[in-house]
Amino acid sequence: MNLRKLFIIGMLCFGLMASVPTISAQRNMMQIKGSDTLVNLVQILSEEYMAKNPRSPIAVLGGGSGTGIAALINGTCDIANHSRPMKDKEIEMAGDRGVMPRTFVIAVDGLSVIVNGSNSISRLTMDQIGAMFRGEIKNWKEVGGPDGTISMYGRQSNSGTYGFFQEQVLGNQNYSPHMKQMNGNAQIVEGVTADKFGIGYVGVGYVVDTQGNINKGIKILSVSRDTSSAAFSPLDKAAVDSGDYPIARGLLQSTAGIPTGAVLEFIKFELSPEGQKIVEREGFFPVGAAQMAENEKNMK
Amino acid sequence: MIRTKGARFIRIKESAIKAFFFTNGILAVFILLGIFVFLLYTAIPAFREIDIKEFFTGKNWDPTSPVKEEYGILSMIVSTFLVTLGALAIAVPVGIGVASYLSDVAHEKVREIVKPVVEILAGIPSVVIGFLGIVLFGPAIAKITGQSHGLNAINGSILLAVMALPTIISISEDALNAVPRAYKEASLALGANRWQTLIRVKIPAALSGIIAAIMLGMGRAIGETMTVLMATGNAPAFPGGFLSSIRTMTANIAIELGEVPYRTTHYYALFAIGLVLFIITFIVNLISDVVLHKFQEKEL
Repeated sequence: MNLRKLFIIGMLCFGLMASVPTISAQRNMMQIKGSDTLVNLVQILSEEYMAKNPRSPIAVLGGGSGTGIAALINGTCDIANHSRPMKDKEIEMAGDRGVMPRTFVIAVDGLSVIVNGSNSISRLTMDQIGAMFRGEIKNWKEVGGPDGTISMYGRQSNSGTYGFFQEQVLGNQNYSPHMKQMNGNAQIVEGVTADKFGIGYVGVGYVVDTQGNINKGIKILSVSRDTSSAAFSPLDKAAVDSGDYPIARGLLQSTAGIPTGAVLEFIKFELSPEGQKIVEREGFFPVGAAQMAENEKNMK
Repeated sequence: MIRTKGARFIRIKESAIKAFFFTNGILAVFILLGIFVFLLYTAIPAFREIDIKEFFTGKNWDPTSPVKEEYGILSMIVSTFLVTLGALAIAVPVGIGVASYLSDVAHEKVREIVKPVVEILAGIPSVVIGFLGIVLFGPAIAKITGQSHGLNAINGSILLAVMALPTIISISEDALNAVPRAYKEASLALGANRWQTLIRVKIPAALSGIIAAIMLGMGRAIGETMTVLMATGNAPAFPGGFLSSIRTMTANIAIELGEVPYRTTHYYALFAIGLVLFIITFIVNLISDVVLHKFQEKEL
């Protein structure tokens, strides 16, 4: 009986001791949380960074832009990834907790509207897309397509992409309640690939593979501002840069206050030519000169 | 009375063990009460801003809307019940059938294989089943029903039936096995064949246990989160039938709780949904208890 008790106590102590290194390792690990659009890109950037700096472990998690910003405000992450700017309410809440966030643009995204590969439509105007996602246009034949109910795939309300799309394309109106709200970009791509009447919106990094080939089964729509303008594709770098492509956006990272130490080093790596090359390789676009200058200012 | 020193130690040990078991038993009650009080406490502030009638009868849930924030959960309540009843419609006949097969008809060797397989089914993680829903059942349902996609209530019902089945089978089988052999033998002696014995004697005799099994299965289906989150499309609209994409209460909480700013009306409203879920599950269990007692009294 005594030996058994001793054994149990011994195992408990061992378990406790074994968890201590993991606890301290977790405290040193940089936590990056937030946007699903950014999660793959930042994971790859952090892997390349960690290969050069093995003493700076980084953990990258998703959850959506809203989740990341909430974590930053609550102090449970070092960097928040977000694909939409912080809302006034969020900045106010941060201020209430003594957090003054600094935001950096680390990549540029041409938000892509995708349809199923078999769909005959290849271009739409902003108005048409907005009307479809607001639920005002219900059938593909109303925009010149096949006769079928439009099957919409979007994100959930914690997503920056959801918020950005609502602002830019829906004119800050409500989404149709019939839009299927998927957990991430990858699920939207899967959904549209399997659905012949599907339409969805995803970050441009999710529509191409690492060689730059468009994923099989989907078609990327060219978007025009109105019926009289030219339509541009989100894969057209010049159009995204110049603003001709109407739904381009900066992909952002925010820190609680001026970044220092390992956090600053990582952000500098992401903005370096090497980091930006990785951004391009993953299908997104590198940061333009004006935005880079803003980034420099925010670092001081 | 034993009066030696050793005996006193034994008496103290006995009281200590009694107290230990009593504490554990009472702990269960305290935990349940604690959860209820916590939910109530965090949900009540929601009703300062939200009209209770609107909460329960409103069809629109859109707390992040830039136009008008709406907190109606009727669509979600109906969605939860739709998918649960669909699951029971599949799982109850199949479950009782398999239980009857295992207890009455199956060869011993077959039983030795089927019973463990059923238990393994119970252990499959809900994410894996959700994944099967997206990848396997979704396209199949789309093809069979002629829709463009398979992320709807039927998909959710099938998956929840798979998850509730092991519970219903195990408990129903135990209930059937608990029927005294005398009943079966008397029935056969009076000239009934095996089928009549099963349907008219064994199952009615085991009915209380079978109903308990169904209630537990129902409780499992109501509370399931991950599976429905992945496979039902999460569209907030009021369900138009089994072929619509729906959003259950559980999926809604899982989607939104991660990013909702602390202590806002939205935050409290999510806890209010949790409270509603808790009360529904409590009532389901209460009904199963009452039914159980009623049938037990009838037997005597």
